[in-house]
Amino acid sequence: MSGLYPRDWSVQPAANTPDYRTTKFRSPTRPLVRLENTPSDSTGPVFNHDDLGPDDWNLLTNFARPGESPIGPRIFVHGRVLDENARPVPNALVECWQANAGGRYRHKVDTYLAPIDPNFGGCGRTLTDSEGRYRFHTVQPGAYPWPNGPNTWRPAHVHFSVFGEAFAQRLITQCYFEGDPFIPLCAIVQTIPSAEAVDGVTAKLDMSETVPHDMVAYRFDIILRGRHRTWHEGGL
Amino acid sequence: MTRPNKERVESASQTAGPYVHIGLAPTAAGFEIYEEAGRDIAGPNAEGERIRVEGVVWDGAGEPVRDALIEVWQPNAAGNYAPDGVEAGFRGWGRVICDFDTGEWAFETVRPGAKEGAPHLNLWIVARGINIGLHTRMYFPDATEDPVLTQLGARAHTLLATEQTTGVYRFDIRLQGTQETVFFDV
Ligand SMILES: [Fe+2]
Repeated sequence: MSGLYPRDWSVQPAANTPDYRTTKFRSPTRPLVRLENTPSDSTGPVFNHDDLGPDDWNLLTNFARPGESPIGPRIFVHGRVLDENARPVPNALVECWQANAGGRYRHKVDTYLAPIDPNFGGCGRTLTDSEGRYRFHTVQPGAYPWPNGPNTWRPAHVHFSVFGEAFAQRLITQCYFEGDPFIPLCAIVQTIPSAEAVDGVTAKLDMSETVPHDMVAYRFDIILRGRHRTWHEGGL
Repeated sequence: MTRPNKERVESASQTAGPYVHIGLAPTAAGFEIYEEAGRDIAGPNAEGERIRVEGVVWDGAGEPVRDALIEVWQPNAAGNYAPDGVEAGFRGWGRVICDFDTGEWAFETVRPGAKEGAPHLNLWIVARGINIGLHTRMYFPDATEDPVLTQLGARAHTLLATEQTTGVYRFDIRLQGTQETVFFDV
């Protein structure tokens, strides 16, 4: 079994990022200990369609009352899960969660002024197809305030959780939307060390897939760590 | 080592945030939407000793991290990682959240075996204020002859659980401090 490429830490946030205040006491202070891959991390859980319901991927319907729909701009977010070799990752479990169009989460501890939407749960999940493709139908999430500073706001975002074939590929990230003026102001986004890497987690308006009179499409590819190519793959 | 010739770079990690439960454990967020994944690590047919593992994730100020989510990845009692060589229904993966008041977490599984080294559970921790998920391992108190523990030397004990009563293990995870848990770059 070939191992994964070592993680490229130059594109990942540091553990302690003082502008994002909560990291202060939650960031390990000692260097991570590098291990060569073993089955403990080069294998990972396998999911199948029996694990999911048929509507789980559709946030417009998966919590709505019959005949009703959540409030907000109708969008879909789609893309591919690929590895660093640009190979599709098929059968990957992709889970998402987000605030509603007003910026309010359906969560016990969220007390923001914007109301809960009775027709919006705010989570979805799906498996990528053989080409690594996934799709979520949803509403455009709203920006919301958060207590990092006296007047700090999160850009609109969808949280993504992704599994690869190896537990070491496990990734949680957030999908932002191009053109959002809060992106450069947000301390969480700015934990990412380069503008290119921020761009990598910014969904792009996709007019080629946008459905006339119906839904605006955004394209968001997710890149997981890749494996070293083995010799017999080299010439293929 | 030669520099890998990559065509793409890994997507940047971002914190799971305080509302991670909506996506990964919605019942805890306060609503029912679908059957949650990862509730049963070993499944009903797994052979071996049934165990319970519990603990707290502590921050550097001595407070429990009450919003953390922990994922477990482990082999079965014979040391096999799913899907090969395991009992029907054994996935070896699960996730657990911390109690919103106390920060305590707990899960039930079977004691893993190991093909090489000492048996251990692989754990991955995310929370608000954790920018990229933390990989660690929990070993059992009697662990011996493990190359990773040997490599860690004086810090190896931070990965050893304690046995509370028969079959009940405690594993506190410390994000900072003199007893900071070892986290891995795997
Ligand atoms: Fe959020």
